[in-house]
Amino acid sequence: MKPETLNKKLIMSFKDKLLTSYIALEDYLEFDSPIHDVRNKAIKIFEEKGFPTKKEEAWKYTSLNKLLKQDYSIISNKENNVEWKKVRPYFLHEIDTYKIVFIDGVYSSFLSETTHDDVDVCLMSAALTKSKFKPVIETYFNKIAKKDGITSLNTAFTKDGAYINIPAHKEVQKPIEIINFSTGSEAAMFLQPRNLIVVGENAHVQIIERHQSLSENKVLTNSVTEIFAEKRAYVDYYKIQNDTDTSSLIDNTYISQEHQSICHVHTFAFGGDLVRNNLNFYQKGERCDSTLKGVTILEGNQHVDHNTLVHHTAPNCESHQDYKGIFAESSTGVFNGKILVDKIAQKIDAFQQNNNILIDDKATINAKPQLEIFADDVKCSHGCTIGQFDEDALFYLRSRGIGVKESQALLMYAFANTVLESVKIPELKMRINKLIANKIGVSLGFEL
Amino acid sequence: MLEIKNLYAGLDGKDILQGIDLKVNAGEVHAIMGPNGSGKSTLASVIAGKDEYEVTQGEILFENNSIVDLDPEERAHKGVFLSFQYPVEIPGVSVTNFIKTAINETRKAQKLGDMPAAEMLKLIKEKADMLEIDRKFLSRSLNEGFSGGEKKRNEIFQLAMLNPKLAILDETDSGLDIDALKVVSNGVNKIRNKDNAIVLITHYQRLLDHIVPDFVHVLMNGRIVKSGTKELAYELEEKGYDWIKEELV
Repeated sequence: MKPETLNKKLIMSFKDKLLTSYIALEDYLEFDSPIHDVRNKAIKIFEEKGFPTKKEEAWKYTSLNKLLKQDYSIISNKENNVEWKKVRPYFLHEIDTYKIVFIDGVYSSFLSETTHDDVDVCLMSAALTKSKFKPVIETYFNKIAKKDGITSLNTAFTKDGAYINIPAHKEVQKPIEIINFSTGSEAAMFLQPRNLIVVGENAHVQIIERHQSLSENKVLTNSVTEIFAEKRAYVDYYKIQNDTDTSSLIDNTYISQEHQSICHVHTFAFGGDLVRNNLNFYQKGERCDSTLKGVTILEGNQHVDHNTLVHHTAPNCESHQDYKGIFAESSTGVFNGKILVDKIAQKIDAFQQNNNILIDDKATINAKPQLEIFADDVKCSHGCTIGQFDEDALFYLRSRGIGVKESQALLMYAFANTVLESVKIPELKMRINKLIANKIGVSLGFEL
Repeated sequence: MLEIKNLYAGLDGKDILQGIDLKVNAGEVHAIMGPNGSGKSTLASVIAGKDEYEVTQGEILFENNSIVDLDPEERAHKGVFLSFQYPVEIPGVSVTNFIKTAINETRKAQKLGDMPAAEMLKLIKEKADMLEIDRKFLSRSLNEGFSGGEKKRNEIFQLAMLNPKLAILDETDSGLDIDALKVVSNGVNKIRNKDNAIVLITHYQRLLDHIVPDFVHVLMNGRIVKSGTKELAYELEEKGYDWIKEELV
């Protein structure tokens, strides 16, 4: 058999395995689940569209082939415990937070700290089964998620994830951490967390999301998060991607914004084997503010693909994108940023910036800004740079007695500063600075 | 302290410095003057160890040891300091954190522990006062949005903090108004002592009114063509460089 044919067959078999598992899963579900129909429709879409391939423009630089060849376990019902000591570093333990924690896709009541006081910070599985949550599920679930193959696959298998519902005018006092651990109890694990976040009128929330493998076994996560920001809502969302080299992530995040809402998403991509971020903003009301920022620092054969969409469907809104990438060794990065401005969306201000540093000859970045503007009175700008370290700057630092690695680190911080400075949780910012320092193997002896 | 012997160095196989000889002893201040493109800044960069310049011939001895093969940070650890003509902006790193890093990295190389925080603070306060630098300035990002004068003052602040054996000041007077020039010069004069040495690279004589050199050298086409005392600087100011060219012919 030719290698390509074999390849196809293996991928087909993972798809088949998923389709077969779905039938088994459907049998388990409560008869009156509010999302029966949604699931059934979703699996049909997945059956029809399957996994994306490089033939699709949006996946031109990212191939899932290698990942899909693994024989993944799809459903884990075992409750695998982990020691607090072992996972403590992955929490923002310096401050008090709500925590929604999953171990191999199963909710961990031991590690979590949820609440129903004033706000709902709890589980998708609970929201799907309890009747009091039914109206919210019916109003929001799967309403903005794309109907593509990969998102539909997640929708069909929706089992658990974070369910966050913040009522109007409520300011959540502490950040919420959503952490998905995998223990390596299976040789290869396929995880599909599904999060729903509804932020009411004038409500405020800060969320930190993380996926973390605790072993060297393979993990592939296909995560879907829907976020609804009602009028004047404020959402500050941080994605920390610093997973092991045997873990891969496809993150599909959909954000819908109403009048005057503000949503910031920061993505820190430092690790993992393959990471694909599909980050989609839909501005539905006037005077929205959307901010998408990211720092990517890669080495080895790591691959991170940022695929962003900001769809302006209302006038007088703003969007800001600022992605910085630093690529060492044979790592590859992709930045594909699309700004879509509908004809009705006059007087919007859309800004996109993507700067990259290639440290080694073998490192690659594919950068592609895409602006589609149908309105005639708008301010849209984008800039993209690819370069190396500034030799004069390096010499300046080294001439002060600072070693070459430490000097490079300082320049990296300086380069990433426009993103780092807008992290609003000081302890998180400190943590990210440390992650960067560890990543490049330096100790600077001060907090930036 | 510094001895340069028959130094040839340049970029991409083309020598800019064509046989420099210079000896600087502890306690001395030397001024190197010369027209644009004569190789003044190249000389400064070569002494400090900038990678892109290649030394093709000759020697640079610092305290009797060759430093030609040392990295810039190794030269700094031995006590060589270069005040830059165009200091680089480093957003997100404050002046204070930068200088702390520089001092502690140097101490690490000298197998000393970090400077105790209280001692560091005291030193920062003392040197900032000497250069009339206010506290707010120290928490700003290094050189980011600094005026020309602020950048130079910051360079001299770093010089004062690091207290090197040899300081090379490359066009420190450029971009300074007369008041800033006085403050910076006073600072340099206070740093000056019998154990260190200063090399001033300058276009104009006016800096030398404030920091009085023991020796003045004229650099032209990559060579030191004339050396003398401070009177030579006055002569250059008055007559320009052409008469030296004529003399050479």
